[in-house]
Amino acid sequence: MARVGGELKLLGLWASPFVTRAKLALQIKGLSYEYVEEDLGNKSELLLSSNPVHKAVPVLIHNGKPVCESSVIVQYIDDAFAGTGPSLLPADPYQRAVARFWAAYLEDKLVEPWFKMLDGTRTRAEMGEGVKQMLAAVATLEGALAQCSKGRPFFGGDGVGYVDVALGGLLVWVRASEVLLGVKFLDAARTPLLAAWAERFASLDAAKATLPDFGRVIKHAMMRRGAAAAALAQNN
Amino acid sequence: MAGEKKQGLQLLDFWVSPFGQRCRIALDEKGLSYEYLEQDLANKSELLLRANPVHKKIPVLLHAGRPVCESLIIVQYLDEAFPATPALLPAGDPYARAQARFWADYVDKKLYDCGTRLWKLKGDGHAQARTEMVEILRTLEGALGEGRFFGGEAFGFVDVALVPFTSWFLTYERFGDLSVEKECPKLAAWAKRCAERPSVAKNLYPPEKVYEFICGLKKRFGIE
Repeated sequence: MARVGGELKLLGLWASPFVTRAKLALQIKGLSYEYVEEDLGNKSELLLSSNPVHKAVPVLIHNGKPVCESSVIVQYIDDAFAGTGPSLLPADPYQRAVARFWAAYLEDKLVEPWFKMLDGTRTRAEMGEGVKQMLAAVATLEGALAQCSKGRPFFGGDGVGYVDVALGGLLVWVRASEVLLGVKFLDAARTPLLAAWAERFASLDAAKATLPDFGRVIKHAMMRRGAAAAALAQNN
Repeated sequence: MAGEKKQGLQLLDFWVSPFGQRCRIALDEKGLSYEYLEQDLANKSELLLRANPVHKKIPVLLHAGRPVCESLIIVQYLDEAFPATPALLPAGDPYARAQARFWADYVDKKLYDCGTRLWKLKGDGHAQARTEMVEILRTLEGALGEGRFFGGEAFGFVDVALVPFTSWFLTYERFGDLSVEKECPKLAAWAKRCAERPSVAKNLYPPEKVYEFICGLKKRFGIE
């Protein structure tokens, strides 16, 4: 892999879908970097000083300068390493706006309800509502994929783009959620384009090299949910 | 303004929306002429529903009929589609651009929601919102540092993202029983500096008018 344009360090958590996005972007651009696994229960000095505002991962440190927030990091990687590997955002301003729109939509309509559901403290009614919201979001994304890809394999067209990375980073967690919640989110019957996209994305070399292990994620999610439920039971 | 020749730009918007104001300010900073189309949010137009079927919200920029949605996406689009106009995101500096995006994202994530809780909630919820609001404003002041503007010497992306909320400071102060001037004097000074710019002076409503609007909303939603 190319060691271009200085030193890259990524602070992350193996299971985090936001960290996975950053890893995907680096992998796709062919950039080498040092990965540092953080412990949320014992955050490093480096993490706290690099991201004092959110104290969260991922943080990309380029030549000692930190970049925070996965969407900002992915755009930065595309921007700072414009000459290296494929571009993640298209060149055309309108297409860029469309890509940014769908990436923002993901955060708002898919990620937010989903994270709320996985914390193990929701009532049955809240879970039902969350699942409905997520299914509606997935249905909308099916339309987005049709619009963006225009028959080609990815949101980015022939190659992986910004929205593919944003959604791809979530892929293992979406699959895990299907098991944990007993709901098929990427159903070939309801959303054929997305279901095919998911298979295609997961089989990419970049994905194989960066997506966390499915079995490990399921175990981790169950543990977290168990811990949250136990804490809730203790406080009631 | 660069002549009256319309660049085929229309803005679907709502007068008091700080998100809409970001776009108006950006358009003016860039000297781009456009048609402003006030929307009735209680009775959404066909045009709005067609232009933003996903969120059905303003602002929406139409450029030669093609819609761009989400205020910060619109501002970036204007930068990229009109490269000959003054840049709001620092040109040729990926790191500075990343910093700008980070802080604009921070404003988006934190300020509006906290402000809403401040005027809507009572008791513990209100107290928490007040504490958060002070923290948010102090954090933003920290990001401003010693510069005239968030990007340094030039009025830019983060300034555009935040400045519409300066009309809301009075509302936050009254509902939060706080003083921006006292808590964050540098931020207060920045707000005054921005208000001197024609694009800002023209597009922001007086703080009292925003306060009046929020009081009206409270009555309408039966929040006392």
